[in-house]
Amino acid sequence: MRISALIKRISQQLLRDKRTLALMFVAPLLVLTLMYFLFNGNTVDPKLGVVGIDQNLVNGFEKAHIKVKEYEKATSSTVIDDDLDGLLKADSGSGKITLTLRNDDPNTAKALQMKINQVSAAQVQAKLIQQNPAATNITPQKIETKYVFGDKDTVFFDVLSPILVGFFVFFFVFIISGIGLLRERTTGTLERLMSTPIRRWEIVTAYLAGYGIFAVIQTFIVVVYAITVLDIVLAGSIFHVILINLLLALVALSLGILLSSFAASEFQMMQFIPIAVIPQVFFAGIFPLDGMANWLQAFAKIMPMYYAGDALKDVMYKGAGLSEISGDLTALVIFAAIFIVLNILALKKYRAL
Amino acid sequence: MNPTIKVEKVSKSFGKMPVLKDVNLTIEKGQLFGLIGPSGAGKTTVVKMIVGMEKVDTGSIHVLNEKMPKLAILQKIGYMAQSDALYVELTGEENLKFFASLFRLNKKEQKRRISYAADLVNLTPDLKKRVSAYSGGMKRRLSLAIALIQDPKLLILDEPTVGIDPELKLSIWNELLRLKNQEGKTIIVTTHVMDEAERCDVVAMVRDGRILASGTPSELKNFYHVSSLDEVFLKAGVKQHANLGVN
Repeated sequence: MRISALIKRISQQLLRDKRTLALMFVAPLLVLTLMYFLFNGNTVDPKLGVVGIDQNLVNGFEKAHIKVKEYEKATSSTVIDDDLDGLLKADSGSGKITLTLRNDDPNTAKALQMKINQVSAAQVQAKLIQQNPAATNITPQKIETKYVFGDKDTVFFDVLSPILVGFFVFFFVFIISGIGLLRERTTGTLERLMSTPIRRWEIVTAYLAGYGIFAVIQTFIVVVYAITVLDIVLAGSIFHVILINLLLALVALSLGILLSSFAASEFQMMQFIPIAVIPQVFFAGIFPLDGMANWLQAFAKIMPMYYAGDALKDVMYKGAGLSEISGDLTALVIFAAIFIVLNILALKKYRAL
Repeated sequence: MNPTIKVEKVSKSFGKMPVLKDVNLTIEKGQLFGLIGPSGAGKTTVVKMIVGMEKVDTGSIHVLNEKMPKLAILQKIGYMAQSDALYVELTGEENLKFFASLFRLNKKEQKRRISYAADLVNLTPDLKKRVSAYSGGMKRRLSLAIALIQDPKLLILDEPTVGIDPELKLSIWNELLRLKNQEGKTIIVTTHVMDEAERCDVVAMVRDGRILASGTPSELKNFYHVSSLDEVFLKAGVKQHANLGVN
């Protein structure tokens, strides 16, 4: 009865705070949509200036989606003046070819360089075959590509989105539950609560359940929106996705409430974001863990988002079943259990019993 | 019969700072007991220890024959904190209902107590308003109503009349006297205003974490041969310092 009274009160408070509700339910969708459009933008064809380059090669470039502009004379300043991505120049005397890359964006520069190399290699090969028809046999066979996960249309966002879905659930639940209990601390109502015969575990349970209800709704909205509206790849079951996110929300809830006991104001609660939230992103699987230093890999293992990100990626992208993610789920349950126990202990600050 | 509250040889320090030194108090059933002293004297700490929110370092506190802290006793204590700890997003009625549920009152009982407590502090017409729209005095009254919600045997009010206009202050005091006289409740009030202390049955003067003197207001005045509690306070303070000097 005390627990249900507390849950009812938390819900009443949240329902009357329209802005917080909006932050919880609309903000994740907004950011997710933005990310979707950012990562799915069309790539622009690179622009290449050429001086004294063979017409065959130029035709090859154009076929490979490079915009070619021919010059009589050009220097590296032409690259800047005409907003080119690169300049390919054949020395009229020696015939030596030089590629000057603008390289203001390393990705574009590398892609252009690769295309140019491919096209010129193909040209050389074609010439060889012309000169020596017998060599036709020794050209490499066309290689067929198969994919274990995803297909040829897979983009980075498909791999990233499961992690984003999890991260938004984590972030917003963390902030809102943390500040919720913090307000109760700063206004003195928590102390007031402690002068009633309520037990500490009852408060923690009620807080988990009260904010948990909203976290469940938020998780549901975010997951359904990501899958149906944004058409994010979902190879596995949506129920597994929701299950993972619910456990993650529970971890975020208990961690938010716990950290709020070390904050004296909303501003100090915000200071936990760079310490407790941002590092989670780095270890959630956006950056491959294998390449990290050993101590960094060990560090990742104490991050709840590492397990959630791994499980979400497995289910949403690789289509894993429950048995394959059970290890990750167990880890999340352990995190939540630890934080909950610490919460009950932290409330001792307000009442000896 | 055992006293309602017995505080024996209680000392407490926060970190290295001692806040209470060897405090002894005995509060009988049906007494209106005043803890007087300047801000920072340790009144709130004493009160919080009686409620069981703070642990004693040494010594013991018994409330209604039970050693504190004890959860079951909290059912019988109505506590009004120094600051208005209210949920401002909720209405006055919702605040009362919430606390009534925490004390496990049933629906019928809740209704009866809410209308009684609201009536007592003249908040019945404003019950449906959100607390964020309440004035300071209304919030104070709502806090008092919440302290009374479960019909506690013991009322502990920490500076109940701070920031309240004289008219309301008078009506709160009249109500406290009525609760004591007609319903036999034991009431502890902390204050730093001497004229309020005059209305208490027994007062204890607190300063620097010690009880300087305690007794009925007239006893104290006779003992120090003065005409007001203000002077008692000053004299007792001097005596204390003299004692310390000898030690």
